[in-house]
Amino acid sequence: MRPILMKGHERPLTFLKYNRDGDLLFSCAKDHNPTVWFADNGERLGTYRGHNGAVWCCDVSRDSARLITGSADQTAKLWNVQTGQQLFTFNFDSPARAVDFSVGDRLAVITTDPFMELSSAIHVKRIANDPADQVGESALILKGPQGRINRAVWGPLNRTIISAGEDAVIRIWDSETGKLLKENDKEVGHKKTITSLAKSVDGSHFLTGSLDKSAKLWDIRTLTLIKTYVTERPVNAVAMSPLLDHVVLGGGQDASAVTTTDHRAGKFEAKFYDKVLQEEIGGVKGHFGPINALAFNPDGKSFSSGGEDGYVRLHHFDSDYFNIKI
Amino acid sequence: MALVRPGSGSAQPAKLRWGELEEDDGEDLDFLLPPKQVIGPDENGIKKVIEYKFNEDGNKVKITTTTRTRKLANARLSKRAVERRSWPKFGDAVHEDVGARLTMVSTEEILLERPRAPGSKAEEPKAGGDSLAQLGKGGAALKLCRTCGKKGDHWTSQCPYKDLAPQAEAFSDKPPTSDAATGAAGTGKYVPPSVRAGADRTGSDMRRRNDENSVRVTNLSEDTREPDLLELFRPFGAVSRVYVALDKNTSISRGFGFVNFVNREDAQRAINKLNGYGYDNLILRVEWATPRTN
Repeated sequence: MRPILMKGHERPLTFLKYNRDGDLLFSCAKDHNPTVWFADNGERLGTYRGHNGAVWCCDVSRDSARLITGSADQTAKLWNVQTGQQLFTFNFDSPARAVDFSVGDRLAVITTDPFMELSSAIHVKRIANDPADQVGESALILKGPQGRINRAVWGPLNRTIISAGEDAVIRIWDSETGKLLKENDKEVGHKKTITSLAKSVDGSHFLTGSLDKSAKLWDIRTLTLIKTYVTERPVNAVAMSPLLDHVVLGGGQDASAVTTTDHRAGKFEAKFYDKVLQEEIGGVKGHFGPINALAFNPDGKSFSSGGEDGYVRLHHFDSDYFNIKI
Repeated sequence: MALVRPGSGSAQPAKLRWGELEEDDGEDLDFLLPPKQVIGPDENGIKKVIEYKFNEDGNKVKITTTTRTRKLANARLSKRAVERRSWPKFGDAVHEDVGARLTMVSTEEILLERPRAPGSKAEEPKAGGDSLAQLGKGGAALKLCRTCGKKGDHWTSQCPYKDLAPQAEAFSDKPPTSDAATGAAGTGKYVPPSVRAGADRTGSDMRRRNDENSVRVTNLSEDTREPDLLELFRPFGAVSRVYVALDKNTSISRGFGFVNFVNREDAQRAINKLNGYGYDNLILRVEWATPRTN
């Protein structure tokens, strides 16, 4: 396959997200402008101007009308996807890290970093249908985990919120009462910072990637460990194929050490693993730095990766990918 | 996605006298055909292609093919997605000039690289190519794990104790400290990490292998490309590398190239056979490549 290279960002990529139809790809980077691309040919549709810091995460509503972004400028913003217009700004006292729309797009979860003497927190916001009615108050604020909360997503039926971050513990919270329901078993859990979390397409399980050089597959309700994928580099990004039983891990050595070694030593490939057999299927090379973001097109026929090198690489699979036998 | 429907077109073979078309041309230009002409597609998607060819009787035939190109909506895209396709650009994308080239298709073909190699495939050619060198070093223990020190059981990268080993963490960043001590402290002079005891020799061995069994081919025609060379040399044995020197600016062959064989005997046979061989109207000169000086 010949990947499409998209150089719209000046700084390292942080997050990638497809909309539900799989025709738009949203990219966030440490430069201040989240960007939307057409996912088939990589053409740039527009940028969302207004943030004043690195943008860490984004999510798009099911109807592809709204975009929410979380940024280091201590805000999370709602955007009109079509026009790039800012609809609302949620102000925080510390950088926003992860954002996620609930099923139905009526709620959003936003995590904030520990900053000054503030501890990290998970905020639940109500999202109004009409942006004019939008209010900034949190419906719920969850506190407790130490360190950054790198990802927070909604569990089944919006009943729970799953969070993971620097303390390497995955927690399940009640989204109604804010009570901590479960923590993962320390014995089998990650040993270092969890950098990414991806839900399966049916929402029954999720995958976490960690700097301890592994990725783990968990049941979303019971939080039991299902599978572990061991690799030889820190995992910065994970994605699951919606079509085949494949998981993709992206990572590489720390960005600060990249320039000191040959790029082959950095292991900057996106590694494909068989989800069930936990066996490596293959690697896709190309980035000149660690992979920070991975996303699978909802049709499972293409995936994109975003790297520390500032490029988004959009890969449309060759037909032989679909017949790979282990 | 455009689909050409040939059904709607019509082919009209019409006999033409060549003389009527081009009167003042010389008589031996009979074998020449006018170039293919393509008209359209116009706004209705109608495209005309005019071609000329010979029929069985040797007469020239003009064929006009009219086709209609229809834009078919991509069936996979939802209606909303098709709508989004026509959204106006916004933000920084509005002022995007054509020269910006934000989106490019990679010139490099990227494959999903199968990892089967570490266990079976990748190591075999390496072992084969270096077998003499490896045996010369007196080590039958090709598989030596640097992490746990076990011989013949597994490679370092597959060591089950990899994560427990303290230096594994820093392995890719700096050379193992113990090696550095033995290498550097012994002589007191700088030893590159790749040459230090216990270092992964792949790099240097690969380079050496490239120079080994290398055959230089000169007096190649300009049209000869690497696949042609491979085709020419493959019958003599396994070829590990084929290279044709191209001019940097013009991409025209500079008329020489190199072929590396896995086995030296094969290379010798190729030299014996192909030196002085006529290829593309030129007499090939095939000889051992002189080793690179650096």
